[in-house]
Amino acid sequence: MGTSLFYFLTFVALLSALGVVFAKNPIHSVLFLILTFFAISGHYLLLNAQFLAAVNIIVYAGAIMVLFLFVVMFLNLNAETEPNKPALAKITAAIAGGLLLFVLIAALRNVNPAGADLATFDSQIGMVNRLGLVLYQQYLLPFELASVLFLVAMVGSVMLGKRETGERNF
Amino acid sequence: MEIPVLAWQGLVILAVFGITLLIATYSTYAERVVAAFLQDRVGPDRAGPYGLLQPLADAVKLFTKEEFFPSGANRWLFVFGPCLAMTTALMASAVIPFGNTLIFGNGTEIRLQAIEVNIGMLYVFGVVSLGVYGIMIGGWASNNKFSLLGAVRAAAQAVSYELAMGMALVALLMVTGTLSLREIALQQYNGLWNIVYQPLGFIIFIVCAFAETNRTPFDLPECETELVGGYHTEYSSMKMGLYLFAEYINVFVASAVMSTLYFGGFSFPGEHLLYDVLLKSQGELFAHNTVTILGTITLFAKIFFFIFFFMWVRWTLPRFRYDQLMRLGWTMLFPIAIVNILLTGAFILFFGK
Repeated sequence: MGTSLFYFLTFVALLSALGVVFAKNPIHSVLFLILTFFAISGHYLLLNAQFLAAVNIIVYAGAIMVLFLFVVMFLNLNAETEPNKPALAKITAAIAGGLLLFVLIAALRNVNPAGADLATFDSQIGMVNRLGLVLYQQYLLPFELASVLFLVAMVGSVMLGKRETGERNF
Repeated sequence: MEIPVLAWQGLVILAVFGITLLIATYSTYAERVVAAFLQDRVGPDRAGPYGLLQPLADAVKLFTKEEFFPSGANRWLFVFGPCLAMTTALMASAVIPFGNTLIFGNGTEIRLQAIEVNIGMLYVFGVVSLGVYGIMIGGWASNNKFSLLGAVRAAAQAVSYELAMGMALVALLMVTGTLSLREIALQQYNGLWNIVYQPLGFIIFIVCAFAETNRTPFDLPECETELVGGYHTEYSSMKMGLYLFAEYINVFVASAVMSTLYFGGFSFPGEHLLYDVLLKSQGELFAHNTVTILGTITLFAKIFFFIFFFMWVRWTLPRFRYDQLMRLGWTMLFPIAIVNILLTGAFILFFGK
């Protein structure tokens, strides 16, 4: 059951990831990307990491992809209106993509995908209270720094939205 | 006859699904009655006694109307939009604890909750954040400028108000220390309701709930004075009906979540006293089950009150202007939510809980 679910989710993830790249319509690309995130959240659930699965859906599918869709809808990109890109841009894109592939292969080359040791494996390791203990004990400083960074970004957006004196037009 | 626990749980899931649909159906009727009452009219009274068959008549009307596809519309996504709106709306009621446990004579104990996950609050938040896709996809696929504007407004509004809603939930989380909705309800069963600890958080939450369910005064995505009909301008027949229906399911779920998080869930005043009295006279089993059933009835009373509140506000307040909506979300609710987190932290630090 678990294995066949894993293969099904992997199949969906890979297929929709390919759909992101090959879809002609940018809106379809965004929708395929959302499907990919769902398949990956399914993988997290199979690993009994419920918190990660939920946060993946909330942050990526629920917030970031909504903004993607928002921007793509405003731009109204489609095949007919898309201008032909110059050859230089195509070559640059190919080189940049190739470099990314190179880095990924180099990073993953020495990974040894060993299975979990069933004798010492703890199935509760992905639960939210265990994750909290690790974050607040082992990684307290990076965690707090990251949260300060997010707070600054949010306060900054509110500051940008504030009216300046004399700006009122209606 | 022995019925395994899993089969009971399956029955509970089916019951929750059915109750959600039933309440949403009669919310459409209740909306008309409340509107009629507030505007001093008679309201629906033709179909059946007191117009009680009105939702059925509406369904027949919507099902038999012509299916219309606008030219240039993306057919797949045009159908997919209402389906998605309905699916995401129905998913959220699965984790709401509608009552404590029922114990049978042979020791079988079933929970009156479809599924119990230890991240229930995040589950609800995630499903709610997906709800906007149905509106966005439907609005875009209609190939109509007004629909697109409605869809874009829905997206901007949902993302803006989710932030303040999440912040209000963080403060609640600091008080309860758990993400499980069942445990939050049980804590209030054994202690004070969370509204006592989080009055400011509740006000933020209820405002955001209005915005997330696209109800007046935040129904900018379907603002008929500016956008004809907003995201469902091009929709007809049952596809339109599904959008309207999804809105009522969302109202039900929002009411249930508010009752569970802030107003004690299935707990009611004097429950421990009643339990003790029944324990002495009738035995433990009877006492536990009676208190559970009364608790479920209480929870539904609270939910119905909040549904009424949603309708009351809809027929009382005018709609916001779009810039007012954004200003309220970003420069008022959001700073208040952060101050609420700081206040909650200070209280926990100095006074315990």
